[in-house]
Amino acid sequence: MSETAIPYMVKPHPVTGIPNGKLGIWLFLASEVMLFGALFSSYVLIRTGMPHWPPEGGLSSEVLNVPLGTFNTAVLITSSITMVLAWASCKMGSLPKFRSWMGATVFLALVFLVVKYFEYSDKFHHEHFPSHDNFYAVYFVLTGLHGLHIVGGIIVNTYLLTAGSKMWQTDPEHFTNRVENAGLYWHFVDLVWIFLFPSLYLL
Amino acid sequence: MAETTEHEDVSKHMGKYYVVFVALLCLTAVTVGVSYLHLKRPLAITVALIIASVKAGLVAAVFMHLISERKVIYAVLILTALFFIVLLALPNLTTFEHHSGMPGT
Amino acid sequence: MSVQQHTATTGNGHGHAHDGHGHHELPFWRKYIFSADHKVIGIQYGVTALVFLFFGFTLMMLMRWQLAYPGQPLPVFGKLLGETAMPGGVMAPEFYNQLGAMHGTIMVFLGVVPLAVGGFGNFVVPLQIGAPDMAFPRLNMASYWVFLPGCVLMVASFFLEGGAAQSGWTSYPPLSDIAPPGQTAWLFAMVLIITSSLLGSINFIVTIVQLRAKGLSFWRLPFFVHAQLVTAFLLLLAFPPLEAASVLQIMDRLAHTSFFLPSGLVVSGEPLKIAGGGNPLLWQHLFWFLAHPEVYVLILPAMGIVAEVIANNTRKPLWGYRLLVYSVVFLGFMSFIVWAHHMFMTGMGTTMSTFFQITTMIISIPSVIILTCFIMSLYGGNIRFTTPMLFATAFLPMFAIGGLTGLPLGLTASDIYLHDTFYVIGHFHYVVAPGTIFGLFAGVYYWYPKATGRKLNETLGKLHFWVSFVAINFIFMPMFFQGMAGLSRRLYDPTIYAHGRGVQALNVVISWGAWTLALAQIPFIINFFMSLKRGARVAENPWNATTLEWAAPSPPGHGNFLTEPVVYREPYEYSVPGQPNDYSPQFRAEA
Repeated sequence: MSETAIPYMVKPHPVTGIPNGKLGIWLFLASEVMLFGALFSSYVLIRTGMPHWPPEGGLSSEVLNVPLGTFNTAVLITSSITMVLAWASCKMGSLPKFRSWMGATVFLALVFLVVKYFEYSDKFHHEHFPSHDNFYAVYFVLTGLHGLHIVGGIIVNTYLLTAGSKMWQTDPEHFTNRVENAGLYWHFVDLVWIFLFPSLYLL
Repeated sequence: MAETTEHEDVSKHMGKYYVVFVALLCLTAVTVGVSYLHLKRPLAITVALIIASVKAGLVAAVFMHLISERKVIYAVLILTALFFIVLLALPNLTTFEHHSGMPGT
Repeated sequence: MSVQQHTATTGNGHGHAHDGHGHHELPFWRKYIFSADHKVIGIQYGVTALVFLFFGFTLMMLMRWQLAYPGQPLPVFGKLLGETAMPGGVMAPEFYNQLGAMHGTIMVFLGVVPLAVGGFGNFVVPLQIGAPDMAFPRLNMASYWVFLPGCVLMVASFFLEGGAAQSGWTSYPPLSDIAPPGQTAWLFAMVLIITSSLLGSINFIVTIVQLRAKGLSFWRLPFFVHAQLVTAFLLLLAFPPLEAASVLQIMDRLAHTSFFLPSGLVVSGEPLKIAGGGNPLLWQHLFWFLAHPEVYVLILPAMGIVAEVIANNTRKPLWGYRLLVYSVVFLGFMSFIVWAHHMFMTGMGTTMSTFFQITTMIISIPSVIILTCFIMSLYGGNIRFTTPMLFATAFLPMFAIGGLTGLPLGLTASDIYLHDTFYVIGHFHYVVAPGTIFGLFAGVYYWYPKATGRKLNETLGKLHFWVSFVAINFIFMPMFFQGMAGLSRRLYDPTIYAHGRGVQALNVVISWGAWTLALAQIPFIINFFMSLKRGARVAENPWNATTLEWAAPSPPGHGNFLTEPVVYREPYEYSVPGQPNDYSPQFRAEA
């Protein structure tokens, strides 16, 4: 759409060795590390400032549903491999295979959100809202923000699956780069959950 | 991966991805299993974080191709990691040292 | 000699596309409103920011009436502001607090940074590195259009019940947690503004790393670009914690969580019905983790501008260019580990306060080095006191005062006495007002010809400068004495204290200084608009400067340069012995 031709949008820069989009997405992920870092830091500060955790007694694994959390962890890990396979399909020149694997990724992401919906509604049913105490506040905010990032990923991946895939016809290399960058974001979201799950559910 | 990787090269790496996938599932099982041991808090935290770091490292190195990434990306990430550690450590260290030496504290 | 790039072909939808030349003409709304061109976006940011700078200044001028003449009705404007804000024309304390919080917020987040980074950064950086645009032009457009709603929301909050945010620009809980709805608007506006900034910083870093012209290695970059690169990293990595904190405060306010609310809190005699267990200091840590690097975001672009203007108007290279670059990088790095010097009075133990005191003392070193290099750059120069040079030269002693007065604040012992007094206000205003804002004015006078093809009037410029320079010192110098006398900041009526009454006369001086400073901006505003039509026309390089932006036409067309720029030498080759001219531009093969 922009009329000016920007260098290194697709071809890698001769010195840095990467195209612009890849550097851009890694910088974005760096900022996300700081965002989730702030949330983890807040969790530590609040938790260590309280005599008991959970405040009402018992263990985190008794308050939160570990089997569901474990299942969701497996779901996200699987969605990460399907995402890699989607990218690899582009690299190997197959749009139909890309569509299958990307479709699987989006499907698994939706499964994750459905599970979270059940977890949340169970809590709400028992009148355990974020205001109940800081354990719930931390749980809802950290998983909620993570969930919003999942939604963002679903939107991007769905776009690449549908309207965005038109670019495959005119510039497959550029499209493959976009899939790779979307994949980097998606793996990051998985990565955050890898820390979030034990921190909230198991410890 | 360099952008000019031929598709045969990618297909050679597929095995790696599946191995990491299985490893991640296993490590997830391990971390849940260990939680049932109800280790003492400091040990439980250490073990959980180590397992999580290994999993994260696999995702980053293999799925995100960090193992073969360029210097400029490493530079950005190392800088970020440093400030991440600062953000995690300093507020907590500052909050939990109470002896300001002032009367009444 | 200004050549516009657009070839007027057959209009939308027809014609050739995508190689920077021979593209179809865009409709007005795509060319000037939803534009992806960095120059248009830079001007959008710049003009928006200037409007908010004047608006934020107006808020302060209202406060200065209350401080100079406490409890007196404000003539003329008092009745216009309504009975809630100014009952009987006398300022209500709540309104004073709103003015204070919003003045700070607007000047920093809607004024200085959008002008320094969004305005100057966007307009100048691609030109100075020989790029056709930023790396992600549409992301750039998105940045501005996320920023503007944030600004609108911020200002609209004045009209909410209870008024705008009124817990300081620092929004400390528990007060901010229980404040009227304007605080929620502040938080959402900040989320929008922070998001805009993050998108922008990604754009700047990728652009500077990837899109430099042939021959433009890192050590040939103008200092302005180095400064903007460091600034972009500060914004990228320091802002997210404040975004997280804002979400937590939104949750406290709307979902009644207790992230920042301790147990046992009593408000107006009633215990708060919350779970408790939170920590107000958590907000302070997350806020200052951003806000300290933020002050370097405020100063670095201005330092960059001052460097460009000084080199150009002394007709000699910058003294200590490499030292400047190392210093600014070190400064950026250190800025992440000093933040708790804003929190020395929160009861932290001596180990941590010593740590932060040490890092704070260390961070003054690169600042001093940078200032010294600038001063040394003047020595032996063939100085032209153009208006930009007046502002850039004045920056030096003003920044020195601001920096030196920071030292007793960074030392814990003296900070016990000076914290939260007017001394602090004097300190940081010296750095930002006659410091950064003067640097930004230098930038406006310096780059206006590039952006418009015309020069600003020198006489009006000199009038603007001299009256501003004198007035601004009358405003901020007395504040040090007020602070040393113990006068607290954010105080609605200083005369309730004996120590306040002792320095009340200074409040009158300060206020008249402020109102004079406002008048001094009138020649600037007139000049700015008048010169658009009546200013002296210029060619590409009216200042005989050496950096790449002066190779492009004035104003540059779409794609910026008529031929692809190549860089042949260092950025400040002025008065090179043996050369025929007193300047050798980077972009010209023969010296």
